[in-house]
Amino acid sequence: MSTEPFLVLSALLFTIGALGVLVRRNAIVVFMCVELMLNAGNLALVTFARQHGNLDGQVTAFFVMVVAAAEVVVGLAIIMTIFRTRRSASVDDASLLKY
Amino acid sequence: MSPVPMSLSPVSAALPMAEGASAVAPAAAEGAFSLMWLIIALPAVGAAVLLLGGRATNGWGHLLGVATPIGSFVLGLVLFVQLLGRPEDDRAVGMKLYDWVDAGSYHVEMGLLLDQLSILFVLLITGVGGLIHVYSVGYMAHDDRRRRFFGYLNLFVAAMLMLVMGSDYLTLFLGWEGVGLASYLLIGFWQYKDSAAVAAKKAFVVNRVGDMGMVLAIALMFATFGTSSFEEISAAAPEASTSTLTALGLLLLLGACGKSAQVPLQSWLLDAMEGPTPVSALIHAATMVTAGVYLVVRSNFIFDETPVAQTAVVIVGLVTLLWGAIIGCAKDDIKKALAGSTMSQIGYMMLAAGLGPAGYALAIFHLLTHGFFKANMFLGAGSVMHGMNDEVDMRRYGALSPVMPITFLTFAMGYLAIIGFPGFSGFWSKDKIIEAAFADNVWVGLGALIGAGITGFYMTRLLLMTFLTRKRWARDAHPHESPSVMTIPLVVLAALSLLGGVLTLGGWITGWLTPVVGEEHHELAVPVWVITLAVVATVAAGVAIAWVTVGRRDIPQTAPARVSPFTKAARADLYGDAINEAAFMRPGQYLTRSLVYVDNQGVDGTVNGIGRLIGGSSGWLRRLQTGFVRSYALAMLFGVVLVIAALLAVSLA
Repeated sequence: MSTEPFLVLSALLFTIGALGVLVRRNAIVVFMCVELMLNAGNLALVTFARQHGNLDGQVTAFFVMVVAAAEVVVGLAIIMTIFRTRRSASVDDASLLKY
Repeated sequence: MSPVPMSLSPVSAALPMAEGASAVAPAAAEGAFSLMWLIIALPAVGAAVLLLGGRATNGWGHLLGVATPIGSFVLGLVLFVQLLGRPEDDRAVGMKLYDWVDAGSYHVEMGLLLDQLSILFVLLITGVGGLIHVYSVGYMAHDDRRRRFFGYLNLFVAAMLMLVMGSDYLTLFLGWEGVGLASYLLIGFWQYKDSAAVAAKKAFVVNRVGDMGMVLAIALMFATFGTSSFEEISAAAPEASTSTLTALGLLLLLGACGKSAQVPLQSWLLDAMEGPTPVSALIHAATMVTAGVYLVVRSNFIFDETPVAQTAVVIVGLVTLLWGAIIGCAKDDIKKALAGSTMSQIGYMMLAAGLGPAGYALAIFHLLTHGFFKANMFLGAGSVMHGMNDEVDMRRYGALSPVMPITFLTFAMGYLAIIGFPGFSGFWSKDKIIEAAFADNVWVGLGALIGAGITGFYMTRLLLMTFLTRKRWARDAHPHESPSVMTIPLVVLAALSLLGGVLTLGGWITGWLTPVVGEEHHELAVPVWVITLAVVATVAAGVAIAWVTVGRRDIPQTAPARVSPFTKAARADLYGDAINEAAFMRPGQYLTRSLVYVDNQGVDGTVNGIGRLIGGSSGWLRRLQTGFVRSYALAMLFGVVLVIAALLAVSLA
């Protein structure tokens, strides 16, 4: 079975995620796009594992999931706190740390 | 000190010495001579006790201050008698105290040298200095810083003794600088007076110019001879090149000019009158200004080899003796008139010292007699000021002889000595210098002769305005004779002024100094009595002119403003200060100003400019930090794409 469609799909998903991070203002959506990029990466890793016939990629994908889960916990907590204090989840509003 | 055989290298030992003298080769000190360090140590310890002891020594400090130079004098006298008892060629005694500098090939030992020349200086410094100390007890009795004054006086004497007893140019220089420091402290003793503080600073700064010459001379000695001791240089000097010796001679002359207030470094001396009068007496008679003459005479082994430097010494002496005499004619301040006369008399000594072996002994002889009569007159002037509420303007004196008989009579002795009245000490010494000057060059002789005439004029003017003529006292002046603690030194010094001429009886002083400075008989074109007569006649003319212009006229109480340009010039010290200001001070100020400008605009400008450039560009760069997460993300994306593109390009290429 050819692995090429999986890689194409992975690239598409990653591009969508990256564009979403760049253009969306809502922090939750940006966050979801980050997750999308991570999972696109996972798909690519698993595909390569399949292609090379070993488990390295799959193991790495599990690592990514674990890290992503932890990141979600912290990230969502931060977003919630920002929303509570500023009544907004827009990432453009949270631009105080600058020159 | 051991006989130091290393100093005489085989080559120099084989060479005959010029004039069969000049080489310094001291014998080891033994017996009483091993105590000669005490001569310096006594006043030095006195100074240390008085200056470090603080108020605890206030009660008896002045007594200790008087005792130390007198103790040194007694010791010096004992050693002098012992030297007299030694054979003529064995009268130089050296003593090594310890190794002072031992750096590579440069070796200086802290050594003392007591020979025919230095013992005369020791006796003058401690003897006249001791009398000045005694006098100061009375003069400074009402000053609440008297103890400190005596500490400084002791320091002055100790430094001067170090200067004349050192066996090396570097030890001499140690005393030299000590004298400079002590004179600074004493001239500025009443430092709450602006003029005194400024005068002290001026003396110090002008002396630094001369010291520069000394330092360079010592450096040149080290470069040429690898040593700076009298003994080794006197042995090696005849071999050195004439140009080196000329340079050495001129540098030493510069040093001598600074300390001895010779033209062109004469400007500090008149201002130095701001110090208490005993200080003026000490500076002018026993210490400080005599140092330059000592330096030239001591360095005879250098000057003998270099006619150029000798001529320079003669010219400096001649110019100064006329310069000082002319200034002395126009001053109304009694101390400044005397200061002008000191300059002039030191000029005579320098002139004599520049004449070579024919003149060294005469320079020292005049230095000794001058030490007597100038100390006498300065202390006399101090006595007058003491009785006149510290008035120094001679236009407010007059008719003081009846109220101050002792001061007047002793002052008159000094006066007769300085103008060279036949029989008095100054007559013998000055007359001989003028003779030697005529033998050397008729124009130099004429200059010295004219100087003697002017001396007769200004000293007579001073005597008339102070002690004779009509009363011009201030309303609240009640002149009185000074206490005996002040008049006794005056009497002793007056006796010395009168009798100082005995030193030349049978040519004693010339013979005494011959082993140190050599001897040379000068041939005169005319009989000696012609010159003596000419000198006496010239002086008499000067005295007569003073009698006609000062003694027989009324002296206005304020100095007349409408005077001839000559008087104006003499009142302004012949524009010595103006020349210094125009030639050195203003250009120096312009130089510093322009350097400050270059520093501000150039150096600082460059550094600040670079700083501003970096600050500005980083201010512009930080605008990139917008705070928008997505722009950072975009930057990261571009970065990643770039890295990947680069990796691909490398791997595909």
